[in-house]
Amino acid sequence: MPSPLIESYFRSENLPQIWCPGCGHGIITRAIAVAIEKSGLDRDKICIVSGIGCSSRAPGYLDFNTLHTTHGRALAFATGIKLANPELKVIVITGDGDCTAIGGNHLIHACRRNIGLTTIVYNNNIYGMTGGQYSPTTPKFDKGTTAPYGNIDKAFDICNLAASAGATYVGRATSYHTNLLISLVLNALKNDGFSLIEAISGCPTYYGRKNKKGSAVNMLEWQKDNAVNISSASKMAPEMLEGKFLIGELKNSPEPEYASEYQKIIDKVMKER
Amino acid sequence: MRKYEIRLSGSGGQGLLLAGIILAEAAIEDGLNAVQTQSYGPEARGGASKSEVIISEDIIDFPKVRNCDILLSLTQKSYEQYNDNLKDDGILIIDSSVNVNTSSNSKIFSIPMLDAASKILGKPMVTNIIAIGALVALTEAVSKEALTRAVLKRVPKGTEELNKKALELGYEIAGKAII
Amino acid sequence: MTNSFKLMQGNEACVEGAIAAGMKFYAGYPITPSTEIAELCSEKLPVVGGKFIQMEDEIAGMAAVIGASLTGQKSMTATSGPGFSLKQENIGYASYAEIPCVIVNVQRGGPSTGQPTSPSQGDVMQARWGTHGDHPIIAICPSSVKETFDLTIRAFNLSEKYRIPVILLMDEVVGHMREKIELPDIADIEIIDRKRPNCDSDEYLPYKAEADLVPLMADFGAGYRYHVTGLAHDETGFPSNSYEVADKLIRRLMNKIEIHKDDIITWEEENIDDADVLIIAFGGVARSAKAAIKQLRENGIKVGLFRPITIWPFPQERLRELADKVKVMIVVEMNLGQLILEVQRICNNIVKIDGVNKVNGEIIYPEEIVTKVLEVI
Repeated sequence: MPSPLIESYFRSENLPQIWCPGCGHGIITRAIAVAIEKSGLDRDKICIVSGIGCSSRAPGYLDFNTLHTTHGRALAFATGIKLANPELKVIVITGDGDCTAIGGNHLIHACRRNIGLTTIVYNNNIYGMTGGQYSPTTPKFDKGTTAPYGNIDKAFDICNLAASAGATYVGRATSYHTNLLISLVLNALKNDGFSLIEAISGCPTYYGRKNKKGSAVNMLEWQKDNAVNISSASKMAPEMLEGKFLIGELKNSPEPEYASEYQKIIDKVMKER
Repeated sequence: MRKYEIRLSGSGGQGLLLAGIILAEAAIEDGLNAVQTQSYGPEARGGASKSEVIISEDIIDFPKVRNCDILLSLTQKSYEQYNDNLKDDGILIIDSSVNVNTSSNSKIFSIPMLDAASKILGKPMVTNIIAIGALVALTEAVSKEALTRAVLKRVPKGTEELNKKALELGYEIAGKAII
Repeated sequence: MTNSFKLMQGNEACVEGAIAAGMKFYAGYPITPSTEIAELCSEKLPVVGGKFIQMEDEIAGMAAVIGASLTGQKSMTATSGPGFSLKQENIGYASYAEIPCVIVNVQRGGPSTGQPTSPSQGDVMQARWGTHGDHPIIAICPSSVKETFDLTIRAFNLSEKYRIPVILLMDEVVGHMREKIELPDIADIEIIDRKRPNCDSDEYLPYKAEADLVPLMADFGAGYRYHVTGLAHDETGFPSNSYEVADKLIRRLMNKIEIHKDDIITWEEENIDDADVLIIAFGGVARSAKAAIKQLRENGIKVGLFRPITIWPFPQERLRELADKVKVMIVVEMNLGQLILEVQRICNNIVKIDGVNKVNGEIIYPEEIVTKVLEVI
């Protein structure tokens, strides 16, 4: 029997989903549904847009206006939706490869414009759909099927990237820290401008196996042991933070949203005519 | 049947594209057909640029100049680059700074258009208006009334008087042109 | 004396046509020789309550146009050769997911960066087969400023009617040329809007075709919560791994255009009745052909013009009929022989087929066509 949440917000006829046992993506997708429920938003006015990859299959299971686009381009499609009809609440679900490799240019420009999109990046440090190639967030020296001797690329910090490029709400949580994830997504939905939430996910099938990270449970434990909430980080000595990553609300500085700024132009030129 | 194939040539930034548009709009005001085209290199300023206008009572199929009736050249470089298909009995209007070496029968008018703009009016940017004033004075390709209206429609607000003066000056110095 | 005629550039006529057709959204990226279209859209769209956005790249421009169209807004982008290549993946998406949109390609010399300010017609095949996989497409080619206005409206109408991306395949000659135009009264223009569902939302099947093979399209946000994907999908819109579903979808998409060919395909004929020689030309070059025909007719040579206005799908039935009437066909195009492949496919072994081709960045002159005609007769 599906739970009331699943019954209400998921397209249960399309379940079970395609994700592997132990994958963190289902947990993250549920957290998004819970946040939407808490937000009280009109579901008919919610669009969920995705690109290509494991994470990008999520919209197919969610009962909203959903758009599964081409690889890397979700933010660009979503920009068209938001600007054409600013009444819509547009959520983008994307992955580390989709969002920061092939779609990296769209990411920085969506941040720069501060267009009202709520972006959730499911970061599992690997290309899962194509079978385990290294991504822009695969840690240095970790392995992938295209990095059999270890990856020599430096990994992106997606949150730093987004914050620097102009996103006005940025946060990070994991598939272990679901309550935090729900509250971050909820806050992101309340921000009018561009929000990005990085949701650290575990891929036991490819990333975990290639890099001897153990079972799905071991990977969740790794998230628990290595995440440091930003509120306690300032009280910790630098050596204690080594090898750890920050979670929590990393940036919250609202600025005028793009589509509403454009509306001001329309109002101005229409008045002048 | 009236038909003029006109080529305006000079250096990028001299406003010949606008001059071509004004001529074409004047022709339409006169009830004629007109087509305007241009070609240019990658430079926004400098280089050699041309703007072409075909004016005809008939429908204009081919939009580019083939048998040039009227060639205007404001610079040596543009003259050399674009004088190739001036008709034997065509009209060549050059700035006085341009040296012409031709054995054709074309009528050549040498007019100090650049000097007139900078020295008489103190505004080099109106060279293009002086030039089309002179061109129309010498060829009657369009009516003066239509040309005046077309100029006033296209020039920036606040510059109408200056451009009217430039047009008159073009007519005036064309009358004293050295053939 | 004043009159209702005015001088207008081809690219400007495209924007005027798009606004007359009801365009409310434009996304694009600057590229010569189409840039005036973006500039004018940025100026004119807010005036009619529409939106313009300059995206970070060509791909994003195409993506944003598809997104905007899903909200119910008529959307357009414009580009030229290199940008048209970049847009192709998303054009395929629009074709497969049946999202109406208009893509203007003001062709320039290529390949690669090529000759940015020079005319070319090198994208004939890119317009047809630029994206991967079998897919339907419509491409129409104007040869005058007035026709650019008319065909831009037609591009939107066809796109809305058949839920398909429509390519307005212009060239630099027509895009940058200014000529006399008289715009029609807006009230006299036929405007077609996509058919939207009015059933209950739980009865809506977003990809169930109507009798005309076109499914009804709901706007995102209108209360029909449905799924759109570039994966093979069934009538529900959800992905399917069924061979049968995949096959049925592509065949329906192709048939959707095939059965409406008579509505989609248009062409112009001139001096056909007694013609021995048929010149086939489209876009800006058709003007060279017309000038050449005048010259040849004055000398008693019986030459006619067949100008495809819709080049994809190609007007093959009419051309096949004409093949029985003429002795020679000459395909004139600013490329090294692309449209001629289609003419050969249709008329080979029936008439002699020759070409006039030019790729130096210059328009084909009437004299070059005259020379070829005199050579082959």
